[in-house]
Amino acid sequence: MKPEYDLLVIGGGPGGALAARTAAEQGLSVGLIEKRPAIGVPVRCAEGVGRDLLEEFMDPDPAWISAEIDRAVIVAPDGYRMSLEPSMGGNEVGYVLDRKRFDRELVIQAAEAGADIQVKTRAISPIIENGTVSGARVEQNGLVQDIRARVVIAADGVESKFSRWCGVDTTVPLGEIETCVQYLMTGIDIDEAATVFYLGNDVAPEGYVWVFPKGPRTANVGIGISGRKSREGSRPLDYLNRFVRSNFPNGRIVEWIMGGVSICPPLEKTVADGLIIVGDAARVSDPITGGGIYNAMYTGRLAAQVAADAIAKGDVSAPSLMPYDAGWRASKLGSALQRNYRIKEYFVKLSDDKLNRLVHSISRLDLSQFSTLEIIKELIRHDPSLLLELKAIRDLL
Amino acid sequence: MLVIRRDVCGYCGCCVSVCPQGALELIDAYLSVEGECSSCGVCARACPLGALEVADEA
Repeated sequence: MKPEYDLLVIGGGPGGALAARTAAEQGLSVGLIEKRPAIGVPVRCAEGVGRDLLEEFMDPDPAWISAEIDRAVIVAPDGYRMSLEPSMGGNEVGYVLDRKRFDRELVIQAAEAGADIQVKTRAISPIIENGTVSGARVEQNGLVQDIRARVVIAADGVESKFSRWCGVDTTVPLGEIETCVQYLMTGIDIDEAATVFYLGNDVAPEGYVWVFPKGPRTANVGIGISGRKSREGSRPLDYLNRFVRSNFPNGRIVEWIMGGVSICPPLEKTVADGLIIVGDAARVSDPITGGGIYNAMYTGRLAAQVAADAIAKGDVSAPSLMPYDAGWRASKLGSALQRNYRIKEYFVKLSDDKLNRLVHSISRLDLSQFSTLEIIKELIRHDPSLLLELKAIRDLL
Repeated sequence: MLVIRRDVCGYCGCCVSVCPQGALELIDAYLSVEGECSSCGVCARACPLGALEVADEA
């Protein structure tokens, strides 16, 4: 690692990799550090991503796609199964990725664009000069090094410690962390083209269980529940074990995956002097689904573009970096996050009876598009009696 | 004081994100607790596996 770069990226997930690749393509000198000894490992993800979204960034490659998905199935608390299929039919609407390969591919792309990469290297403190973040002190194998940079991009994931050290409070409230466990299971009977979501306060309070196909008879079977619903004896692990015993008693578990996903609003401000915060570290994962891959890639790319402009102008102050913050908030992603947060706030309060009623109603809709927004719009159009129930969110649409 | 059960911890970092003191730090497969821990127990609630426990000081 050189002692100085235009841009230093903390974290080698999809957000950091897109930032590094984009900045290197724009001619900046870029260093990226990842504290784990390997990119993409251990996986902290259910690995689902929308097809259209991903293709904004890259062409799909079977090397890092585990399964193509053409519909979603929602299972209501009463066991009623509703299938959501786009009317075009047959077109895959999403992918279940192989994050180990996907993340590595993204970092390789950043390296090919010219970024320096260093793994097993963690930031231990920011370098702050005159109130401006000017790099990081990093440690690898016991060796400490100062790396100076014009702009630092914090892409350090759900832990989000780097920004905290820079004075930005990134604490996630207990009620807005989804605490998650997932098994990679094999030898199970699944629909290999469908993602399945199980709802209900007995199954997953303020969360859901997911079954995301990973290939023949293989799937990510996982759960997220709200931190405020988790306690000794009723942790996500306990719920998941109950679910697996009753649904896949003969399956074999070949991997355990744990993690936390924030479902809080994004940080109030995602820039500071010399610092841009992206992806999970900026709390931009989706409050309804918990999905964060696209959101990290989008914010990572935008961060690099804004950093490049600011560096060219010779002004890396927070006001000069604000086009990043304003940019993602004004984007489709930004408005979806705002809307979905308020929808989430409504949904987590629903009883199982109301959840059942909603799922039964949705199943009678003729959906032309496969999105939360369309589902709710159609729901209100189809079943005016739900209008009162949904009044809280109707105005958002 | 906070006790980390290392045989249970999955080093996922979920606890790190909710710690109001910023007292937890995950170094690859090693979770460490620094001096400012207030024993509030939020991390123990958030842990998906039950690897954290606030033990009585007594």
